[in-house]
Amino acid sequence: MRYIGRRLLHGLLLLVGVSLLSFLFADLAPGDYFSGLRADPRVSAAAVAALRAQYGLDRPLPVRYAAWVASVLRGDFGYSLAYNSPVGPLLWARVRATLLLTGTATILAWLIALPLGIWNATARGTWRDTVSKVVLSFLLAVPDLLWAIVFLMLAVETGYFPAGGMVSPGPLRVEDVAWHLVLPVDVLVLGMLPMLVRHVRASMAEALDSPFALSARAQGIPRRRLLFRHLLPAAANPLISLFGFSLGTLLSASLLVEVVMGWPGLGPLFLEAIMARDFALVLAVVMLSASFLVVGNLAADILLYRMDPRIRMK
Amino acid sequence: MSRRTKIAAALVFLGILHGLAIFAGFLAPYPYDEQHREFPYSPPTPIHVWLSSARAPHVVFLLGTDAYGRDVFSRLLYGGRVSLFTGLLAAFLSLGLGLALGTAAGFYGGWLDRLLMRTGELVMALPWLYLLLAVRAFLPLHITSTQAFFLIVVIIGGVGWVRPARLIRGVVLSARERGFVLAARGFGASDAYLIRRHILPLTTGVVLTQATVLIPQYILAEVALSFLGLGVGEPVPSWGNMLAEAQQYHALVAHIWMLAPGFAIIPVLLAYLLLADAIMAPAARAR
Repeated sequence: MRYIGRRLLHGLLLLVGVSLLSFLFADLAPGDYFSGLRADPRVSAAAVAALRAQYGLDRPLPVRYAAWVASVLRGDFGYSLAYNSPVGPLLWARVRATLLLTGTATILAWLIALPLGIWNATARGTWRDTVSKVVLSFLLAVPDLLWAIVFLMLAVETGYFPAGGMVSPGPLRVEDVAWHLVLPVDVLVLGMLPMLVRHVRASMAEALDSPFALSARAQGIPRRRLLFRHLLPAAANPLISLFGFSLGTLLSASLLVEVVMGWPGLGPLFLEAIMARDFALVLAVVMLSASFLVVGNLAADILLYRMDPRIRMK
Repeated sequence: MSRRTKIAAALVFLGILHGLAIFAGFLAPYPYDEQHREFPYSPPTPIHVWLSSARAPHVVFLLGTDAYGRDVFSRLLYGGRVSLFTGLLAAFLSLGLGLALGTAAGFYGGWLDRLLMRTGELVMALPWLYLLLAVRAFLPLHITSTQAFFLIVVIIGGVGWVRPARLIRGVVLSARERGFVLAARGFGASDAYLIRRHILPLTTGVVLTQATVLIPQYILAEVALSFLGLGVGEPVPSWGNMLAEAQQYHALVAHIWMLAPGFAIIPVLLAYLLLADAIMAPAARAR
């Protein structure tokens, strides 16, 4: 329990540090939301200054930071100038859409990667392993971006799948959303799969080579029981860390795919915020995705702590 | 295939690809911004070995043309310059930073080590692509292509120092206590001499493997940034902004050659993968 508490505190401090750093960096950066207005000859410098004062951009850094922290505690996450509303409500719908997409893809990728990786590890040195290695290397070398564009092109050409977006016009139906999910999820799974399979294969191979595996096999333990009951737990540690990382990137893994395929998630919102120099929105998305990474790593650590007695002993 | 042959093959192949990009000025049939307005979206010119002079076209587009009638093949070569060399330079930068900071942290320890590693944790707490975009967000958006190129190299390279630095720090920490280093120190060797003569050579393995991992990652990062309109801008081609032009899905099937930059990335990444696997192979066997 003390271990978990300490890790929690550590993660919290990390997030505070990230937010401080972002504020400092944004302060040093040239330009803000009103830079565009300032270049406009019809708007006087005094008017811009008044606007900046109205939104509190002219206050000193510590005051702005304190105001931002207060707004986070209220659940507002700052005030978006481009949308003229608190950031919080803007985010939640986008976060839900992104989580739906990446959650489905992550679950699917792991469900495929685990058996495939185990199977590859047991088939080392045979032609099946070689074939799967070649295919996976090729998949690893194809950028997500290309998959997304090609899939969309095929969707438009064949008409079997909707070309981007999350819902069709009309009332919200579950099967409609599921239909829209197919292509972006495919792209994400293709992107995640090779890395996952490689890791599963490597850690299973290590377990297979260990002396205890040989001894267990010599004692006549059936193959399936040996693989899943004896070897998988022994190979699990790096995989748990990797799973934590998967959890952590739930919000950030799909940015490009969302932008290309028009999925109304965090990615497009983030990009718009960047183009509009809407600092509050950028900061909120950065903080949210950072907290996911921190929480994912934390979850992996806690899982490791529960699963592996060697770590508990320390 | 032995490990040595694999490494050599990958290096030669990469050399050829980079050579194509370097010598784009010689190899490209047209300048990257020359517009043939009368041939928009012209398909790849079929190549005949014997041309009957009557049907010989006076312009040849090996990979077709884009919306402005610019030769896609020429732009691909020039675009490779931007994309491939962003990867190389940015990896050079972040490995240099990682080497300097990691060695300093590992060798001297104390408050310097703590400061660097805590800062590193802050950087690692952010998703990589978001961090890149956010850093890019706070810098001027409208700049010339050359400025954009160097800005992107600096951003990608500057953001990526943490992982190599941590790995190098680990190597340096164990190297510092090795017998021959302690012996050299006992004979009165200075810190600078120890680092240069005994510590840095031990980090070669980590640096090489990190290079093969980082360069393709950085090439993809440049492609992503330019694709999103935050990198090198028109009319200078990069594989990213060329792909962005391909984003008209209703028409893309009719001019599929616009996807050429996307496919050009694949052999580059494959070669780096092969190189990384071959370099890491003995380490995997030792484990």
